[in-house]
Amino acid sequence: MDFNELWSAVFNFQDYAQLLPLVRNSLIAGAVLGLVGGMVGVFVMMRDLAFAVHGVAELSFAGAAFALLIGANVVFGSLAGSIIAAVIIGLLGTRARDRNSIIGVVMPFGLGLGILFLSLYQGRSANKFGLLTGQIVSVDTVQLNLLTGCSVFVIVALLAIWRPLTFASADPEVAEARGVPVAKLGIAFMFLLGLAVALSIQVVGALLVLALVITPAAAALRVAASPRLVVLLSVVFAMASVVGGILLALGGRIPISPYVTTISFLIYVVCRVIGGRRDRRGADRRTGHRLPATVAATGPAAVSAAPVQARTLPRVPKG
Amino acid sequence: MSTPAASLEGASLSFGRRVLWQDLDLQINPGEFFAVLGPNGSGKTSLMRVLLGLQPLTSGIARVNGRPVARGSRDIGYIPQQKSFANHTPLRARDLVGLGLDGHRWGVRLGRRGFRRRVDELLEQVGASSYADAPVGRLSGGEQQRLRAAQALASDPKVLLCDEPLLSLDLHHQQAISSLINRQCHVNGSAVVFVTHEINPIIEYVDRVLYLAGGQFRVGTPEEVMTTEVLSSMYDSHVEVIHNEGRIVVVGLPDATHHYGDEQDEEA
Repeated sequence: MDFNELWSAVFNFQDYAQLLPLVRNSLIAGAVLGLVGGMVGVFVMMRDLAFAVHGVAELSFAGAAFALLIGANVVFGSLAGSIIAAVIIGLLGTRARDRNSIIGVVMPFGLGLGILFLSLYQGRSANKFGLLTGQIVSVDTVQLNLLTGCSVFVIVALLAIWRPLTFASADPEVAEARGVPVAKLGIAFMFLLGLAVALSIQVVGALLVLALVITPAAAALRVAASPRLVVLLSVVFAMASVVGGILLALGGRIPISPYVTTISFLIYVVCRVIGGRRDRRGADRRTGHRLPATVAATGPAAVSAAPVQARTLPRVPKG
Repeated sequence: MSTPAASLEGASLSFGRRVLWQDLDLQINPGEFFAVLGPNGSGKTSLMRVLLGLQPLTSGIARVNGRPVARGSRDIGYIPQQKSFANHTPLRARDLVGLGLDGHRWGVRLGRRGFRRRVDELLEQVGASSYADAPVGRLSGGEQQRLRAAQALASDPKVLLCDEPLLSLDLHHQQAISSLINRQCHVNGSAVVFVTHEINPIIEYVDRVLYLAGGQFRVGTPEEVMTTEVLSSMYDSHVEVIHNEGRIVVVGLPDATHHYGDEQDEEA
């Protein structure tokens, strides 16, 4: 394969205008999934659940493979595997260390089951590969409706528990003291996470779910600290990755997941660079009015060092 | 007569055969600054967990604001030990304080103007206005503890539970935090339960002391409890208590609690 062939396999915009209407539904579903992934991802980062997402994805894959084998609805299989895994992890792994070992135990088992089911499956081999890497397996209108319906459910449920979940994720001890049902919220969130992972798998596949659920939120956290802005950026990044991925993949003949993961990775790299620069400048959004006058008065050299000094100088309490 | 802010009746707590305390009767009144002292492992933190409803008593009953304790309560403000937030936690100083106001409510926050004003007031009150919009992960331990105080005061709680809130803070921040807690107690009328291994930073505010050691306890004013006789009988060995210029120095604690003695000497 020479370079031109490679290029036309990856990027091919012939007949684009005719192809576009065919993926209208996929684009809508992709946008909704981006919304779900971006919102859920923020809590995944706050609760340190990146590894859990991966574990849930592998069991979701096993569920989907089983559904494929017995000729059932793949989305249902994926949802079932995902939710079972997420709730088990939520119930057994309240502490991070327990959780990671449970995931480590469950994940290879799930992947093994998935491979077993796939090797027993006699149908089209493209279907098998699609589960892992995200060639949407025969998505018809019924399944698209299912995806969108589940996404809307996740979004509404997440909004309903937003504040206490934020409290419980960021500051569990104090939240518990104030009567927030920390443990129950943890299980509820794992359930929603299971749903979100199963949905994302339909687009990017089991191996690449992290690109949709972790990467956008991780990128947003690099450049913002305000909770609203973090969620907004995370959602925008996730949507840009999915919708952009679908649009780019339209003409080529490879699955959409490489496009989605590449866009989301590039966004992360850019955010990391921006965030890193900001960190080095020491811009941490403090107002400088407490800086003693002597620092500012000792000439231009002292001015550039001021942000660093401001952090180490003792603070004088007001009143 | 007003209901006690927090009370224990015939309370006992033991883990297996190890008895932490037995038949403890306590009434902590609104506006009272109540310190809980004792060596490591004497059940100070367990007492706090009992009042938070996270640790069931072996026998007896614990109440907060007249009601038996449940898992957490809106009547309680809680300042935990200083524990740093991860660097990229998506919260600014004002968001952490805001969680103390309405973090327990369902849904997303609507009606933001009044909320913002209240958060600004609280930040001002604890002297944290200059870093109101800074990410919490970037703040020093002392700055984070000020926010903890603002967060706990946000709901004007009946009972303010403080679990070693001054640990690992420098002297300046220790004074700032303890005077804030004192104001909430003696001006706004919250009962304060203050668990600490070091009484001196709060000595001028404390009304009564509960001293736990060796499965025993004593309750009274610092002058009554912090004496050579009382502590020697609790530790069952000679312990010298020296009162000097308003500070209390405990010398010669037994080996089992050597760590505690070290810290006392260091800070005295």
